[in-house]
Amino acid sequence: MQVNMVQEKQIGGVKARRTFSYVILTLTSIFCLIWFYILLINSTRSHGELTKGFTPIPSIHLFENLNNAFHSTQPILRGMLNSVIVAVCTAALSVYFSAMTAYAIHAYEFKLKKAIFTTILAIMMIPTQVTALGFLRLIDKMGMKNSFLPLIIPGIAAPIVFFYMKQYMESTLPMELLEAARIDGAGEIRIFNTIVMPLMVPAMAVQAIFSFVASWNNYFIPALVLEKEKKTLPILIAELRGADFLKFDMGVVYATISFSIFPVIVMYLILSKYIVGGLAAGSVKG
Amino acid sequence: MKKKSKSVVSYNKWGYIFLIPFVVVFIVFQLIPLISTVYYSFFTYYEDGLDVIGPKPNGINNYIALFSAKKEGEMNFMIGLKNTMIMWILGFIPQIILSLLFAAWFSDPSLRLKGQRFFKTVIYLPNLIMASAFSMLFFTLFSTVGPVNDILKSLGIIKESYDFMAHTGSVRGLVAFMNCLMWFGNTTILLLAGMMGIDPALFEAAEVDGATARQVFWRITMPILKPILIYVVITSLIGGLQMFDVPQILTNTKGSPNNTATTLIMFLNRHLYSKNYGMGGALSVILFFITAILSLVVFKFSGNSDKYGKK
Repeated sequence: MQVNMVQEKQIGGVKARRTFSYVILTLTSIFCLIWFYILLINSTRSHGELTKGFTPIPSIHLFENLNNAFHSTQPILRGMLNSVIVAVCTAALSVYFSAMTAYAIHAYEFKLKKAIFTTILAIMMIPTQVTALGFLRLIDKMGMKNSFLPLIIPGIAAPIVFFYMKQYMESTLPMELLEAARIDGAGEIRIFNTIVMPLMVPAMAVQAIFSFVASWNNYFIPALVLEKEKKTLPILIAELRGADFLKFDMGVVYATISFSIFPVIVMYLILSKYIVGGLAAGSVKG
Repeated sequence: MKKKSKSVVSYNKWGYIFLIPFVVVFIVFQLIPLISTVYYSFFTYYEDGLDVIGPKPNGINNYIALFSAKKEGEMNFMIGLKNTMIMWILGFIPQIILSLLFAAWFSDPSLRLKGQRFFKTVIYLPNLIMASAFSMLFFTLFSTVGPVNDILKSLGIIKESYDFMAHTGSVRGLVAFMNCLMWFGNTTILLLAGMMGIDPALFEAAEVDGATARQVFWRITMPILKPILIYVVITSLIGGLQMFDVPQILTNTKGSPNNTATTLIMFLNRHLYSKNYGMGGALSVILFFITAILSLVVFKFSGNSDKYGKK
């Protein structure tokens, strides 16, 4: 009898806790999404409608606003093209060379191996901002000012991507496979490109997404490097904030923000399975 | 496992060859810039209009100037540190509470929450949004003619538009709120990974002994999670010290009102923008040392977390 009561009490308690957690989770989710909902609604409304106050119902001016945004003083189409070029190149270099670095540490035994591995882990946390001053001076001297190259090339040395690749290799790359390839007479570079790389595709896909997004969103360094027609989207958004905001067509302002936010949201929703899963896989040891 | 046959030895030079790209790029784009940043921090070196002043060695005068109190409203290091820390703490406290709560719920087998993937997807979403566009969005939403003021007025909560950008509390609050929103999903997933790694037998034993959910959380989950928690706090602090995009764009680079929202990196950005290499260098060096010390702490604790974090 008493056991039954305890059980019933616990079951009742679980039900209450479950309801409570659903309520909080739902409220939090609404709080995460409502901003993007308002953004979407306001992107569809004309300047006149927007000045009359907020309503939660979409209007019909989305394409008009987008079209105006494309033909405004802000070259956002060019900005998006620039952002895509930088982000795609950075992601590609980052995953390929991080896999290569991880392979060097994983597959070979050499004297400085441990020292180099520890050094890479130690520099993982150094923020790019603290070396920005010397970095800007350097690219000035190298004649790389206002070029995409100084934003793309540093992607080759990405300690966090390296670390993820290294973890992944430990669980998926058997050394016997490499030995077998060597016996067949394959060269080391060929082994890396034709045997190791295909095995690394899942890890590379996850890290390519993160590198792409990080580069896409990056503002601090690009704003100090790029000028005029080379500007990427975050720089153009910051300029929009700097301009005399109240004179703008608000529909165009919302459309411009939408234009820089929603492509990433759509990409994320399509790939979310891999992103959220990949995060947890690489995160425990951080 | 370590078989050292003759053939393996002859391959090992490839270890060095495959490391070349990483090492070269690291030296050119990070190490040399770091050294030259440290070097310039000991010089008077800035551009004044078209004139270049210096470089002239000046010992540690840049560091002294960085800390010395200035007239009302002007920036120095301590003001930047204070602003950065206040906004970080205001955002981090709700962030860690939400994350612990959600991670505990997601990992609790007795709750059997449905739609976990949906919730995880939603709470992680803000982390991927371009911080500059997100700040611009918040600026327009919270401006005096924006929808938030519209809604508050139509609900009768306020009569006149509230200027969120003109008050220290509301600007700092907005920055903290956005930081929390952008990072609590990430923290939840980190903590969840830690909680999933805890041996389920511990929970089963606790359940048999009649422990309540609260007891399980405080007596089992939290102590085991401690290394990961420390990792989360310190990496978040390192991230917090780099706070830039959100306050920079929300306050239109000014850190207004009256530099109460100017973070350390915004302060650095001003020096970089005005090409004051001496002062910028000194500020970078201090930030570097703070980050390095915090990283060492993480390093020490992430070694411990292996014991529990890995199955």
